Amino acid sequence: MPSLPPTPSHTVGPFYGYALPFPGGGDIAPAGHPDALTLHGYVYDGAGEPVPDAIVEFWQAGPDGSLAGAPGSMRRDPVTGGFLGRNGVDFTGFGRVPTDADGHYTVRTLPPGAPSPVPYISVCVFARGLTHHLFTRAYLADGPDALLASLAPERRATLIALPEPDRDRTHRFDIRLQGEEETVFLDFG
Amino acid sequence: MTPPPPLTQSDIDGEIAGIRTGYEKARAAGAPAAHHPPRDFPPYRSSLLRHPKQPLVAVDGDPEAVELSGPVFGHTDVTELDHDLTRQHAGRSARRAHHRLRAAARQRGPAERGQLVELWQANASGRYAHQRDQHPAPLDPNFTGVGRVLTGDDGSYSFTTIKPGAYPWRNHENAWRPAHIHFSLFGSAFTQRLVTQMYFPGDPLFAYDPILQSVTDEAARARLVAAYDHSLSRPEQSLGYRWDIVLDGPSATWIEEGR
Repeated sequence: MPSLPPTPSHTVGPFYGYALPFPGGGDIAPAGHPDALTLHGYVYDGAGEPVPDAIVEFWQAGPDGSLAGAPGSMRRDPVTGGFLGRNGVDFTGFGRVPTDADGHYTVRTLPPGAPSPVPYISVCVFARGLTHHLFTRAYLADGPDALLASLAPERRATLIALPEPDRDRTHRFDIRLQGEEETVFLDFG
Repeated sequence: MTPPPPLTQSDIDGEIAGIRTGYEKARAAGAPAAHHPPRDFPPYRSSLLRHPKQPLVAVDGDPEAVELSGPVFGHTDVTELDHDLTRQHAGRSARRAHHRLRAAARQRGPAERGQLVELWQANASGRYAHQRDQHPAPLDPNFTGVGRVLTGDDGSYSFTTIKPGAYPWRNHENAWRPAHIHFSLFGSAFTQRLVTQMYFPGDPLFAYDPILQSVTDEAARARLVAAYDHSLSRPEQSLGYRWDIVLDGPSATWIEEGR
């Protein structure tokens, strides 16, 4: 079959807020799980200002390395049509969080397992003004990795979400859309 | 000091024409077609500070890349009423006309089965159910403007909704967005993620809209416009439109099939 030309991307615009975010969108880890970690940070524009209307999505392997995922990220109540939250057992591997008025996001998740020797969480950024989403990766540690190895040191540093010394099991990952310390964004072809 | 003169539609039209001329020259010299908009598209002013200036870094040849798989959704994530945006409240939505949208989502190869399609839009008056939309058009207590559906085995999806109104925005003086519906799609891999907007055929605002015109390739732009399909219209009820969506980006399954 000849390859069909793809449907073009468009910006998510400013008014997705009543449609895309869902309660518990950042609670990827089952509540109270002892291995849960926090990944958080800010999204900045080219003037260094926080972006208060970005929406950030996360996809990752489960702690066992599985990339099968599971349904139920946005589990629904058939009575009211509302959101029930995740079922507390299955690990869906998916999170979606709008930035707040400070341009900040937070997700709570479980550390991804193999297949990657250096664990990372895949990140996709949407925002008003961004005509086409941007992919990046939050590596939870530095280490031997083909993508990291291909980058100059200052560029490589933008992908490393190091643990914060003053917070327990908390990693910081800021996303700079443009300018100094611009985050490395990825093209999968 | 006098403030700068307001940015006019004519200014924006000139910028769009200049970018298009450059694109067409590049095409004539053998450049490949650009299916997606450039992230740096100055006529859409919000793009100025929100696009990376460094080139994207290619990730290819890594069969274990996490992005070659993606999140999954199922019948727990969608209710049976989600596909009908006109039936989510006690009363009837204000409308000019009901519309049925029906089409298929596909990968550049096979159809996308059981994938989540999300949709959101302004109401018939061109107002979003969002606090920051202060355009002085009425909200509709019987219309929120959010829908979800899972694609069928053949990749098909269907929504019933109302036609959204055009609305003003502040990109430049006298800027108006053509009627459009926002779509969000997941394919079988995170690489195939797509957020886009669908338009209705024949809208006179197309040429003036820097968001639609951010897609500089004419054939690509045309793929964002639904087609009226009389066989989908229902007597005394709704007009039917067809809009096929094609996702790109590699996936683990697709590579196995011999991309």
